[in-house]
Amino acid sequence: MSYLRQGAVAAVEQSLARLKQLEPQLSAFNTVIAERALERARALDAGPPLGPLHGMPVAIKDNICTAGVPTTASSRILSGFVPPYNATVVERLERAGAVIIGKTNLDEFAMGSSTENSALGPTRNPWDPARTPGGSSGGSAAAVAARIVPLALGSDTGGSIRQPAGLCGIVGFKPTYGRVSRYGLMAFASSLDQIGPLATTVEEAALAFDAIGGFDPHDSTSSAEPMPEARAALTGKVNGLRIGVPCAFLGEGVDAAVLSAFESALEVLVSRGATVVDIDLPHAGYGIPIYYLICTAEASSNLARYDGVRYGYRTRLQKDDTLQQMYERTRDEGFGAEVKRRIMLGTYVLSAGYYDAYYLKAQQVRTLVRQDYDRAFGRVDLVATPTTPTPAFALGEKTDDPIQMYLGDIFTVSANLTGLPSISVPCGFAGPSTGSGPSRAESRDESGAPGGGSRLPIGFQLTGRAFDEATLLRAADAFQRDTAFHIQVPPLS
Amino acid sequence: MSSLSREEVLRIADLARLELSDEELDLFTRQLGDILTYVEQIRALDTSGVAPTAQVLNRPVDRDDVPGATLSRPDLFGNAPDAANEAGLFKVPKVIE
Repeated sequence: MSYLRQGAVAAVEQSLARLKQLEPQLSAFNTVIAERALERARALDAGPPLGPLHGMPVAIKDNICTAGVPTTASSRILSGFVPPYNATVVERLERAGAVIIGKTNLDEFAMGSSTENSALGPTRNPWDPARTPGGSSGGSAAAVAARIVPLALGSDTGGSIRQPAGLCGIVGFKPTYGRVSRYGLMAFASSLDQIGPLATTVEEAALAFDAIGGFDPHDSTSSAEPMPEARAALTGKVNGLRIGVPCAFLGEGVDAAVLSAFESALEVLVSRGATVVDIDLPHAGYGIPIYYLICTAEASSNLARYDGVRYGYRTRLQKDDTLQQMYERTRDEGFGAEVKRRIMLGTYVLSAGYYDAYYLKAQQVRTLVRQDYDRAFGRVDLVATPTTPTPAFALGEKTDDPIQMYLGDIFTVSANLTGLPSISVPCGFAGPSTGSGPSRAESRDESGAPGGGSRLPIGFQLTGRAFDEATLLRAADAFQRDTAFHIQVPPLS
Repeated sequence: MSSLSREEVLRIADLARLELSDEELDLFTRQLGDILTYVEQIRALDTSGVAPTAQVLNRPVDRDDVPGATLSRPDLFGNAPDAANEAGLFKVPKVIE
């Protein structure tokens, strides 16, 4: 790796310089640990090579615990919280030689699709600072897209790695549910959450996956399935691979530029010998309602722990305050609007009289969605869709309308509901946006920027069989061998 | 059509231990009603006889109940808003008269 040749100190210094230059425009980081990173880099340079990530500067989403470094989930309720332990993924990245330079911004507790639900303010899209980088791993995506770091970790509950990767023009990979330990990840929706890498190339994402994946005795939901050697699986061969496209599911509401880039992306894989098959996912359209019923129910339970007793924020106590008043005011003052909205919805759908109609019903429809995918994977090896229906939207565009915000997750939530591994790779750019209406897509390998306005990246999403990350990453890597979207850098200065 | 009353939202806030402001109550009454109306669409699906999916692992997640290393007391109490560290206690308002 170039990081090894260059030396860890040089790599980290370069990363920190770029961060210093661009952070005022992006607000991607909640915490930067420059001194600590340099110290560790010096130690790495003085020792033998540790592993495949030796000397690589990385950023960590701020809902993943880092010992001795503030971890806030971008929430006021965790202001001042300094974890006394490392998440397993942090331990494993460091063991492979990575150097953490900071913690990245997110929608509070990973609840959101734009990084606007952060108590620390929104992150901006490196391709157009008036637009969102997506979310909830928006800080991680912006930091990688702006080439501050080559690799960052995010978490994906309904698309929170893949959607911001798509909107920022980078690779975002959600491994199979259970593949990567969540010990030290702040729980949002435990049947859906998964940690994964964001990078500019599939190869770097695969290296990170090789480092962080595998069973962890600290996480009872982590899987004992043997890990593939993901990096070694990137052979470029997709000959004979069957790619399913749910044509009926790609109908309304998808931007013309996105559809056009998606079709070109399929052609790239076909030209390497893959075949495209029309598949039916009749229940995929119910993904959004059932996702928002299940994730809010789980969140209302998981976030009950934030009560102002053991860590984090506590309301200023008044004389004669009861314990319950302390809980209630702490939580009202500590949580932002979207988190409260989700706790409220989740509490409602779990409450007596509504459980069967909403929560149980959603779990049953979740079974139907899984059966759709089981059937599809009897005929195909991968399922392809766009990552998002539109390119990056403007900051503030959807903040007053939660349902509009939720609808943007239509293509990403299925992989969480089914637990399947899924990846977004950059597959094109939309020309200058003229607001609503069809916009022009650039055909592949065309790099000239159209005049006026911003070019906005478009993501291509592939989903694979459970625990078959090797096939998924091999196809995504093959795509990058024939395209140049991922080497284009946002026009920042 | 599904809609929520303000009283119902107050009841949920109480269950969720959230002391909402009047503005938040108004906002959530409207928004939660809208969201519930939106998710109504799943009720039209026939799911009779369909087993619910609570998680996708399909395997037990038990482990042996064996004591192991845990965080030290100073590590545990170091983040508390109010604690009697040496006594090993978190401090909260009085709950017994």
